[in-house]
Amino acid sequence: MRVTLTVNGERRELEVEARRTLADALRENCRLTGTHLACEHGVCGACTVLVDGEAVRSCLMFAVQCDGREVRTVEGLAGADGTPHPLQEAFSAEHALQCGFCTPGFLMLAAGALQEDPSIADDPDRLRELLTSNLCRCTGYESIRRAVTRAAGELAGGAS
Amino acid sequence: MTTVETPMGYGSMRRKEDARFIRGRGTYVDDVTLPGMLYGAVLRSPFAHARIVSIDTKAAEAHPKVRAVITGAILDGLKLAWMPTLSYDTQAVLATDKVRFQGQEVAFVVAEDRYAARDALELIDVEYEPLPAVVDARRALDPDAPVIRDDKDGKTDNHIFDWSSGDKDATDRVFSEAEVVVTQDVLYPRVHPAPLETCGAIADFDKVTGKLTIWCNTQAPHAHRTVYAMVAGLPEHKIRIISPDIGGGFGNKVGIYPGYVCAVVGSIVTGRPVKWMEDRSENLMSTSFARDYHMRGEIAATRDGKIRAVRVSVIADHGAFNGTAQPTKFPAGFFHVFTGSYDLEAAHCAVTGVYTNKAPGGVAYACSFRVTEAAYLIERMVDVLAYELGTDPAALRMRNLLRPEQFPYPSPTGWEYDSGDYPRALALAMDIAGYDDLRAEQAAQRERWAAGEVGGTLMGVGISFFTEAVGAGPRKHMDILGLGMADGAELRVHPTGKAVLRISVQSQGQGHETTYAQIVAEELGISPDDIEVVHGDTDQTPFGLGTYGSRSTPVSGAATAVVARKVRERARIVAGAMLEVSPEDLEWEKGRWFVRGDPDQGRTITEIALAAHSSLELPEGVEGHLDATTVYNPPNLTFPFGAYICVVDVDPGTGRVKVRRFVAVDDCGVRINPMIVEGQVHGGLADGIGMALMELIAFDPDGNCLGASFMDYLLPTSMECPSWELGATVTPSPHHPIGAKGVGESATVGSPAAVVNAVLDALKPFGVRHADMPLTPAAVWRAIQGAPLRTDLAIG
Repeated sequence: MRVTLTVNGERRELEVEARRTLADALRENCRLTGTHLACEHGVCGACTVLVDGEAVRSCLMFAVQCDGREVRTVEGLAGADGTPHPLQEAFSAEHALQCGFCTPGFLMLAAGALQEDPSIADDPDRLRELLTSNLCRCTGYESIRRAVTRAAGELAGGAS
Repeated sequence: MTTVETPMGYGSMRRKEDARFIRGRGTYVDDVTLPGMLYGAVLRSPFAHARIVSIDTKAAEAHPKVRAVITGAILDGLKLAWMPTLSYDTQAVLATDKVRFQGQEVAFVVAEDRYAARDALELIDVEYEPLPAVVDARRALDPDAPVIRDDKDGKTDNHIFDWSSGDKDATDRVFSEAEVVVTQDVLYPRVHPAPLETCGAIADFDKVTGKLTIWCNTQAPHAHRTVYAMVAGLPEHKIRIISPDIGGGFGNKVGIYPGYVCAVVGSIVTGRPVKWMEDRSENLMSTSFARDYHMRGEIAATRDGKIRAVRVSVIADHGAFNGTAQPTKFPAGFFHVFTGSYDLEAAHCAVTGVYTNKAPGGVAYACSFRVTEAAYLIERMVDVLAYELGTDPAALRMRNLLRPEQFPYPSPTGWEYDSGDYPRALALAMDIAGYDDLRAEQAAQRERWAAGEVGGTLMGVGISFFTEAVGAGPRKHMDILGLGMADGAELRVHPTGKAVLRISVQSQGQGHETTYAQIVAEELGISPDDIEVVHGDTDQTPFGLGTYGSRSTPVSGAATAVVARKVRERARIVAGAMLEVSPEDLEWEKGRWFVRGDPDQGRTITEIALAAHSSLELPEGVEGHLDATTVYNPPNLTFPFGAYICVVDVDPGTGRVKVRRFVAVDDCGVRINPMIVEGQVHGGLADGIGMALMELIAFDPDGNCLGASFMDYLLPTSMECPSWELGATVTPSPHHPIGAKGVGESATVGSPAAVVNAVLDALKPFGVRHADMPLTPAAVWRAIQGAPLRTDLAIG
C-alpha cells in the first residue's frame, strides 16, 4: 500500500505492506534507526515516537495508520542547526543514559508530555508515573527523572 | 550527600558517547544494513522435552522469498549440529535427536526480509514425540528422572559436576561444638539479564577473500573470534568480529548462541550477508539466564553473636546444556566468596550442577561469576541468625566484620581480599540512613500494631554488607576455554600529540570511550578530548577476554594505565635528546618532562610527540614514535565492597511492598569518573529491586516457560525505584596501577539481600523468618499466612 507520512518535517511516500509496523517503516524504509525495538509487545516504550504530537509505541502501530500524519522521531528532536533539544542536553548532563538503547524512547515520551503539559515535571508523582511508561535497564530511573525536570526548567525559562 | 575522596583528574566529565546516543545516531547491530543482506529466523521447540520424529521443510523452501532452510540434519553433515559451550560441554545448534527445552532451536530460515522469514517458519512441519520433562532441579538426580543428555555416551543421569571449596573437617568440627546453629534453605531463582537490546548478529562471508565478518553485539569479541575459529575450522586471521554499540549486556551477550552460528552457515550457503536478531520472547526463553541456585546455608555461632563458621550446599540448575561462562577451574564461579565480609574460623561449600529441561546458560546478569548468589546467601543467613538470637542485624554485622588491620585477608576458601575498611562503610551507611531513628520509628509502629491498630503498612529495615570479587583474573588460575584472562592495550600518539587507545574490552553502556580516555589523560597530561578510544573490532584492537564480571577497569583499565606509562617513559628518552640531557635528569609533571632543578627547561608531550616523528637523532631505546603496547595479567582479583540499607513499607493485607528509601555506600577503590560510577550503582540497585520483588523465570510442570515476555517477566519501572541515596568511601586497591577496583556489578550483587532483609524485617511481627524471591504481593501474603510459595515452580 502507498502511504504518505511527514517524518521530522519531511514528506515521505512509502510503499508498505498493510502489516508493516510504523517502527519498521521508520527504521527500514526511512533509514531512521534512532527508533529502537526492544520488545515489540508494546511494553518497554523504546520505540516511542510522536504521531501528531502524541507519544505512541511505533511497534504497535501500522505504517498505514499514519497515512497523512506527522511523525517525529529522535532524529527530529534537535534544532535545524543541530543544537540539541533541552531534553537531549539534560539527559547528557544528568547521566540519564548509559547504553543509549532506551534513550530515544524516553526522549520522545518526555518531549510529548512536556509539550502537552510543561507542569508535569513540577509534580514528582506525576513525573514518576509518566516515566513508568518506558523501561530502562541501566540507570535506575533517578537520573532520567532529574533530566526531565532539568529540561522542563530550561524550556520554561526559554518561554518566559 | 555523596562524598568522593580523590577521584581521578577529570572526574565527573560528561560522556563522549552521549553525543551520538541522544541524537539516535548510535549504531547497534540491528541498525546495520549490508548490501544484499538476507534475514534469518529461528524455529523453536514448543516442548521442553520431546523426540523429533520428522521435520518437513518443503513448503518453507517453496516460499518465493526464502533462500535457504537449514535443519539439524544439514548442520550434522557439516559437523556443526553441536557446538562447544564455554564450560567444555556441548550444545545443539539445531536439534537433531531431541529438543531439551522449550524454545530450543530446531530450524533456521533465510529469506529476503524479516517478515517473510517469519512467515516461512509457519510452513515448517515438525512432528514431536513429547517426553516427560525434568523441571524441578531438586528432583533432577532422582533415580527415575528422565535422562536429558542421552546424546552423551553412557550418560545415565542428569549430573554435571560436584565441586567444593574450604576445609570440610574443620568446618564440621566447629559446627559440632557450636552453641548456636541456624539452617535455612534459600532459593536464588532463575532470572534473566534482559538487556533492552536483544542478541543478534550479521554474518558476512566473502567467498573470494575467504573472510568472515560477523557484526555481533558481543561483550567479548576476541573470545568469539577464537571460538569461531576452533568450532568452524576457519582460519582465525580470516575472521573479524565487529561489536558495535551494544544496548546493554549484563552478561547476556557473552556466549555464542545457535542463531549466530546459523547466520554464519546461512551466509556461507547463500553467499550473501545474513542478519539474525532475536525477538524479546526468544531472548527471555533461550539465551542465557542467571542464578537458579538452590542453597542450604548453615551458620555456627556463639550465643552472644560471634559467627564462627558457615557451611553451604547447593543444587545448581544449569538447564539442558552446561553453557555457564565461568573460569575453567571454577564450575560454580566465585561462589566460594560466600564467607562474605566476616571473620570466620572455617567454611565449606559443596555445589552440585544438574541438567534440567530449561534453557542453558548461567553466565549472566551482572553476577561477577556467582558472587551474587554467594552475597545473597550470607547476607540472608546473617539476618536469619539475628532473628534467632534476637539481636539487631546491624550490630551483629558490626561485631563480625573484618577489621581494617586484617587486610590483605586470606579467606577460609582461599581468596586474598586486597583491601578494605568495612566498619567505616557500614557506619557511613547507618549515618546516612539515620539508622537509630528508623529503628525508633519502627518500634513505635510495632507497639501500635501490637496494641491492635488496624490497617496501614509495616515498615522494615534491611541491611546488606557485601564483598565483591572482580577483575578475573590472574591467568595462571583463570581461563575460559583455555584462554587466559588477560587483556591487551595499544596506545598510539600522533605527531600532533593526539592519541588513539585500542582496547580489547567492549562497552555495553559503561562509558569506556570516556573513562579510558580519562585514564590516558591523567597519565600523559593531555585532554581526554584528544584521545580516541577504539574498541569492539577484532581487526583493530589487541586480544583480550572482554567485558563481564566487572573486569574492564580492574584488567583493561590497568592495561591502559600501564601502556600510557610506557609511552611516558619513551617520551622521557626523547625529551632527553631534545634537551640534550640524560633522561635520568628529567622530572615529570602532568603533561611535561623538565630538567630537575631547572623547571623552565622542559618539553610537553605534544612537543615530544612531534620530535619523535621528526628528523631528530633519536637515542638508544626509541626506534621512533612514542607508541606502546602491553598485556595486563592481574596479580589478584580486586575486592570492592559496600554497605546497603533498604527501608520498605509492606501492606500486610495485600502483600504489596513499597521501597521507601535505599542507601548505598560503595567502596570501589579510586573512582575514575564518579558520575559514571554512581550511574552504575543506580542501575544495579534497580536490578536488585527487580530481582527481590519482581523478576522471575518460572516453569510449569511440563516445562513451559512462564516468563517469556515483558508482560510476564516484570522489570522495575520508575515507580518501583526510589531516589537512591549514595555514599562512598575510597580504599584503593594496593595492586592496581591506579587503585581502582571495578564497580559494574557491585550494586546488583549487594542490593537484593538488603531488599529481602527489609521485607522480612517488616514481617517479623508475623513470625516469618524467611521467604524466597521474588517477593511479589502473592509471595508476601502467602508468607504471612505461614504457607510460603515455592517461587520457581508454578506447581500447587
